[in-house]
Amino acid sequence: MTALTRRWRAAALLAGVALVLAACGGGSDAPTAQPGGGDSNQPVTLTWWHNATADPGKAYYQSVADAYHAAHPNVTIKVQPLQNEQFSTKIPVALQSNSPPDIFQQWGGGQLADQVQAGKVQDLTEAVKPWISSLGVAVNNWQVDGRQYGIPYSFGIVGFWYNKALFQKAGIGSPPATFEDLLGAVRRLESAGVPAPIAIGSKDKWPDAFYWDYLALRLCSQEVMQRSAADYNFDDPCWVKAGDMVKQLIDAQPFQKGFLATPAQQGAGSSAGLLANGKAGMELMGHWNPGVMQSLTPDKKVPDGLGWFPFPAVSGGAGSPDAALGGGDGFSCSYKAPPACVDFLKFLVTVDNQKRFGELNIGLPVAAGSESAVADPNLKGLLEFRNKAGYIQTYLDVAYATSVGQALNDAIAQQFAGQLDAPGVVEAVKSAAASR
Amino acid sequence: VTQVQTATGEVAGRAGGARPATRRHRRALGRKHAELALFVGPALVVYSMFVLLPIGLAFWYAMYRWNGLGPLTDFVGLDNYRRALHDPAFLGSIRHNAIIIVLSLTLQLPIALGLAVLLNARLRGRALLRMVVFAPFVLSEVVTGVIWLLILQPDGLADRTLQAVGLGGLVQLWLADRSIVLYTMFVVVTWKYVGFAIILFLAGLQAIPRELAEAAEVDGASRPRVFRHITVPLLGPTIRVWAFLSIIGSLQLFDLVWIMTLGGPANASSTMATYMVDRGFRRYQFGYGSAVAVILFLISFAVSLAYQRLVLRRDTEGALTRMAG
Repeated sequence: MTALTRRWRAAALLAGVALVLAACGGGSDAPTAQPGGGDSNQPVTLTWWHNATADPGKAYYQSVADAYHAAHPNVTIKVQPLQNEQFSTKIPVALQSNSPPDIFQQWGGGQLADQVQAGKVQDLTEAVKPWISSLGVAVNNWQVDGRQYGIPYSFGIVGFWYNKALFQKAGIGSPPATFEDLLGAVRRLESAGVPAPIAIGSKDKWPDAFYWDYLALRLCSQEVMQRSAADYNFDDPCWVKAGDMVKQLIDAQPFQKGFLATPAQQGAGSSAGLLANGKAGMELMGHWNPGVMQSLTPDKKVPDGLGWFPFPAVSGGAGSPDAALGGGDGFSCSYKAPPACVDFLKFLVTVDNQKRFGELNIGLPVAAGSESAVADPNLKGLLEFRNKAGYIQTYLDVAYATSVGQALNDAIAQQFAGQLDAPGVVEAVKSAAASR
Repeated sequence: VTQVQTATGEVAGRAGGARPATRRHRRALGRKHAELALFVGPALVVYSMFVLLPIGLAFWYAMYRWNGLGPLTDFVGLDNYRRALHDPAFLGSIRHNAIIIVLSLTLQLPIALGLAVLLNARLRGRALLRMVVFAPFVLSEVVTGVIWLLILQPDGLADRTLQAVGLGGLVQLWLADRSIVLYTMFVVVTWKYVGFAIILFLAGLQAIPRELAEAAEVDGASRPRVFRHITVPLLGPTIRVWAFLSIIGSLQLFDLVWIMTLGGPANASSTMATYMVDRGFRRYQFGYGSAVAVILFLISFAVSLAYQRLVLRRDTEGALTRMAG
């Protein structure tokens, strides 16, 4: 082999490698930005991943991005709506890559802690200091070790959404206040011929977990709940007791036919769709449900006669009946985002923008002074409960490290499918926590 | 390639003196190598970076406990493999893949063969029928999944059709019943992929000379005998290749299951691939997920090698086997 060949070959190889590398490294090469004012006139492009794939949320976010661009012509915002379910797979890969989105949906809790530990999320503490207090206590869920890594724009709690007409038809005077009342309401709806007293999206697993989480919140003391997210100790008997009550509910057979395969949010056959179209009496779901239901009805409107009541009290439990299970939506800036990112987030949660958000009935604004925009009586009631709540527990699958939280959801889903008993669920969580 | 080079070299040698000949020979040889490098090089680089490297990385990640975000620090050796092979959910997934393979080979083969023979005969509207049978294969998996979700939901098209023809007693919770969901998935997989088998078999049937069947008929062979002793043996290579593709496809079954059931209810329809994505991406256990991926790779690899050596050998004799060694 001659030198010429070797040179040629090396050149070809180099060219190939260069090509591939160029293709790989094509992302934004923005320097790691110092958080703080984004007023330099350098043209900047922000990519923004949010989970509002349907109107009105989608149009609202686009309009906010447009308004920000109008005020800061050098900042272009590329808005990328993604299905909620896609985030769990796309975010870790994107954060590991060279070109993560600058702004992305962030639910806080254990997942955020993992991302922070890996250095993938920008510390916003200093940049947001002047204005963060206007967002109230909701911001706690986006803190890790007292530092702020995300900004909430919506914070709500889980409760029962119900069809007032069907409740009336079944002769249920006032919404169930205790767990026994709830079982009674199920029986009444059943005898009134409602095909599904309770709709549930068990295919997605997390709707199952709402029942388990809430019953644990009613039966376990606030201290046990808070500690569990730190030491993953589930020895308190209240956890198994919560599972036993879940079984009591499942045994009452309150759910729609084939609920194990029902998705929570996709299509008219989903649990939200069943409630929206008058086929179900109630659904235990987050504050976003009217927004989801709206997109699943033929006329794209929140159905009339929708009501909301908090999760009923459980007698003899160590938890307070005014404690709520909740969580919210926020955004984080990835480690590569330019300073314009946090400036845009500040713009997103101004009272004006939060008021506009509140008017859409798809979430609960957090900025002080924007509550008045929530006109929907149900969301008003929910907001009232939220603001009075003695303690708000973040959904356990979010509060716990992802591997433990998902294992918990899986175990609960198995209980709903009749494959695990109450102690089995607790055992599954313990073993997931042990191999975390 | 070598022959050509020798020939040019000899020609060159006869035409000129010894020294220029060697130089020209070398230059020709050099150009050949350069061409090879130019054409094969980029493909080789891309193949290495996007196929070989990720496979190697999976083996590496699999030895760590890793949530996919930070640096690899928590070395656990083979612990991830041990955990996977002791997890009933993963063993169940392997069993589900095996069931799908067995059902595919035993049920799809006769269906596809029968329809292929039918569509090979002269009948009116043959082209249209072929298109109809093949159409599902062209649909994307996502579209297929969503269509079947709608058809199979409680009181959906499937249930109402059964009720309309008086078979309402057969209605099941197709996707919500743990004992049925895997077979439901198999039906959907068959609906989607049987068209591909039919097209393959049709091509194979066209390659069988008509004279053979005619000669057999002249000798008094019945049509079933012609089918049994002429069609099936001559279609053998096609069937064996289809079976290979079917096995590999069944081992890697993912999209349809993920869209329709997410592997549920309670893991009743999980496959190795859905289990892998669930543990890797949903639980953020990328080390453990990689270990599962390696196991899936090793199983597929072993099955492929065994099939090549034991079944496909006579079909690829001289094409693959001799070249390889």
